[in-house]
Amino acid sequence: MSKHTVTMTVNGTKYTREIESRLLLVHFIREDLELTGTHIGCDTTNCGACTVLMDGFTVKSCTVFAMTANGKSIETIEGVAQNGALHPLQEGFWEKHGLQCGYCTPGMIMSAKHLLSNNPNPTEDEIRWGLSGNLCRCTGYNKIVEAVQYAAEKMSAEQEQDA
Amino acid sequence: MTYHDPGKPKQIDDRNEYHSEKPEGVSSQVETTEEIRVTTPPEISGMGHRMKRKEDPRFLQGKGNYIDDIKLPGMLYMDIVRSPYAHAKILNIDASAALELDGVLAVITGKDLEAHNLHWMPTFQSDTQMVLPTDKVIYYAQEVCAVIATSRYIAADAVELVQVEYEPLEPVIDPFEALEDRVIVREDKEVKTNRTWHWETGDKDATDKVFREAAHVVKQYMYLPRIHVASIETCGMVANYNSSTGKMQLYMTSQAPHAVRTVFALVSGLPEQKIQVISPDIGGGFGGKVPVYPGYVVCAVASLLIGKPVKWIEDRSENLQADSFARDYHINAELAADADGKIVGLRVDTLADNGCTDGQASSSKFPAGLYSICTGAYDLKAAHVSVDSVYTTKPTGGVAYRCSFRVTEAVHMIERMTDILAHDLGIDPAEYRLKNFIRPDQFPYRSPTGWEYDSGNYEAALKKAMDMIGYDDLRGEQAEKRERGELMGIGISSFVEVVGAGPSKDFDILGIKMFDSAEIRIHPTGKALARFGTKSQGQGHETTYAQIIAEELGLPAADIEIEEGDTDTAPYGLGTYASRSTPTAGAAAVMAARKIKAKAKKIAAHLLEVNEDDLEWDVNKWQVKGSPEQAKTIQDIAFAAYTNHPDDVEAGLEATDYYNPPNLTFPFGSYIAVVDIDKGTGVVKVRRFVAIDDCGNIINPLVVEGQIHGGLTQGLAPALYEEIVYDENGTCLTGTLADYLLPTAVESPKWETGHTITPSPHHPIGAKGVGESPTVGAPPAIANAVVDAMWHLGVRHIDIPITPEKVWKALREAGVQD
Repeated sequence: MSKHTVTMTVNGTKYTREIESRLLLVHFIREDLELTGTHIGCDTTNCGACTVLMDGFTVKSCTVFAMTANGKSIETIEGVAQNGALHPLQEGFWEKHGLQCGYCTPGMIMSAKHLLSNNPNPTEDEIRWGLSGNLCRCTGYNKIVEAVQYAAEKMSAEQEQDA
Repeated sequence: MTYHDPGKPKQIDDRNEYHSEKPEGVSSQVETTEEIRVTTPPEISGMGHRMKRKEDPRFLQGKGNYIDDIKLPGMLYMDIVRSPYAHAKILNIDASAALELDGVLAVITGKDLEAHNLHWMPTFQSDTQMVLPTDKVIYYAQEVCAVIATSRYIAADAVELVQVEYEPLEPVIDPFEALEDRVIVREDKEVKTNRTWHWETGDKDATDKVFREAAHVVKQYMYLPRIHVASIETCGMVANYNSSTGKMQLYMTSQAPHAVRTVFALVSGLPEQKIQVISPDIGGGFGGKVPVYPGYVVCAVASLLIGKPVKWIEDRSENLQADSFARDYHINAELAADADGKIVGLRVDTLADNGCTDGQASSSKFPAGLYSICTGAYDLKAAHVSVDSVYTTKPTGGVAYRCSFRVTEAVHMIERMTDILAHDLGIDPAEYRLKNFIRPDQFPYRSPTGWEYDSGNYEAALKKAMDMIGYDDLRGEQAEKRERGELMGIGISSFVEVVGAGPSKDFDILGIKMFDSAEIRIHPTGKALARFGTKSQGQGHETTYAQIIAEELGLPAADIEIEEGDTDTAPYGLGTYASRSTPTAGAAAVMAARKIKAKAKKIAAHLLEVNEDDLEWDVNKWQVKGSPEQAKTIQDIAFAAYTNHPDDVEAGLEATDYYNPPNLTFPFGSYIAVVDIDKGTGVVKVRRFVAIDDCGNIINPLVVEGQIHGGLTQGLAPALYEEIVYDENGTCLTGTLADYLLPTAVESPKWETGHTITPSPHHPIGAKGVGESPTVGAPPAIANAVVDAMWHLGVRHIDIPITPEKVWKALREAGVQD
């Protein structure tokens, strides 16, 4: 199998590695970079456990070749908390009991982060559709919706304060 | 422990085999309230506090430690070659091309395992299951052989290079055809039949008499299809055998690590103290991570043979095609009422398609689980229930889907039948239930199938649900809509659960009694470590167990570390499934804490220089009666236990308890669903869903709500979306999440929940268990709502999952056009 050089920025750090062309982004993140917060739940792009942000957009990293991310910027769950402080989404999931087994949670938070970056004040329906690419088997989703609402409110309030 | 049985089908005919006895000193009646009991301040956060979960920070930051996150030095990877046939002879396995591939270390076949007598293993129901086949495969996607390689990519490449020559045999897909024994699934058995066992309970003669004298009888066949738990994390293992110490470490996705350790010891011959099973964080279980799958065993054998760590992680299609499945019950039910419309009798015949082995995770005495709870919330004169089990060429059936003991099947049947009877009699289904419920003054109640319900107040839960949803107004709206030709339905399910297995005299798995355990150690600085025989898969044990101990000892829950899942450190227990953790291990935590409290009293008396009898407990301290300023907190006492203990008291402050529950617990609830049906497409939309649950005393309301929301969604899923389907060749057609439809946030309704509280009289903190209840209770509420919307058109029943296609066809058959 031929090897290629890939360079990408993950959570603000630039990495260069020699990889097989067929290596999936999720395996690159989990095994080469040892960032195991990004999970694998299926092989058909249905479950969303492997969701990360690539140049600000959600991708399911189990269906993206690592080579595709060459030169791009990736954000994973490990990059969400800043300087030891939880992101409002992480706070929201904790406060509202938006997680149980925790397996879908990183992907869910990454999708929610993308949603709020495009739509800071989503309706309940918009949140549900915004997360419809992420499966959760434990929570029944209501508390995930509440968690995203909590974060949206907190982020809006913080933005107003900054303004 | 029995396994490798000679192959005779079990003929079980234990009528009324279960006779629970009223435990001594248990009051017969308890009051129903709505107020959650809170006795500790927030800084202690004992029972009743909406405490945020202690385990969450690691999960929120991607720092959980799941099986695939474990990476050991020199670790190898295993992948599995699987059968493309449901039933076929294996003529030859040619692994030469795979072995030539750079990075491939070994290919392990059934013949290799046979050399060590490891090609068969016992199931938790004392049947046998192939680890790897030596002569034939008996289900689609069955494990045929395993490849061990230096990377998961190379292992997957090598799987493609293994050439297996098969001679296809006729599959056995239909369990009714299986009964004919034309094609035998298990030729390894001495008796050549697909019938595995017959089981029945209740009084047949009395039931027949009740039916002869009945004024109304309704009959219905219904099928509860095969479904799969599909936890978002699949199963996996990292096996790490150290040949110099002889120690085998098995990191695995197991809900029952101790039982697994014992089974591994007995099957492999390795000494049990040299086997350490470690369940790390588990990404959802729901019963699917109770059984031991062939992949686990082969992975362990591979590490043993090669002497290096070996990792095996299922991919999703392996998980959906070859793990254990739930339900698959064909039910013929009859329900009888007297001239007043009172339900008097139930008669049920059932055919269970258990697939290629009886691998149910049920107690050995209960081959059909707790199915005989099927008289439900109603006060019947007589009931008779029978189940026949058959082998088919499908993977193991009947194991679990957030309920492993067949309560879901029982509840679906009785709640559908009650609704059909009510509709036939022209009585409102809510009114009909209220007329037929077991009354609160009848508890403890002995059911016609021998169960002793510990406590209940069914009318309180239903009335609360009706108030919350505005039942009468909805019936008015439904009548108006029907005038306009619109289809709206209201469905009720008033279920009775049975959990907390179980009392040692009746409950065991492979002979191991179903107690559970807790060990609490209080450190000198007043902080604590507690370990349990159970294993959370998201239920929140690190928080709720801490709250139970906080309630008993007054230590802040934040100061109590909870550990589970490491068999080298945790006390022995049977694990977490079937809503048993709170009734068993939760009770053990209480009893262990009370032992500590008793010892603390001796130390406090010594410190305060008073007689023990002069002390009373107050939240977190022993104080002198009438002089509360003279007191020693649990933290003071903990320090003294190591620095200043009395001569006649052992140093230290710790206790262990193995709790043997005196009875099961019987949670209950009433659910009401409102559905709208699109006549043009047949799509069912759950517009509202109110769930009133009664799980006894509540430990953490936030966690209980979470359990109920999740369980309701796993009730919605089989009601409307999920079914594992096989074609006529026995090929699984629903082997990916693109075919097997898990509900997303869009399909899931906004659950409206509430509670009543009727404590269990025999549980030390009056708790009952909650995880399963909503999955058990929700499907018939939705099915009843759909039929309620269409009853006036002549529709009496639709099997779940109620897909748009089924509804559309039923509407067309009833003459409804767009």
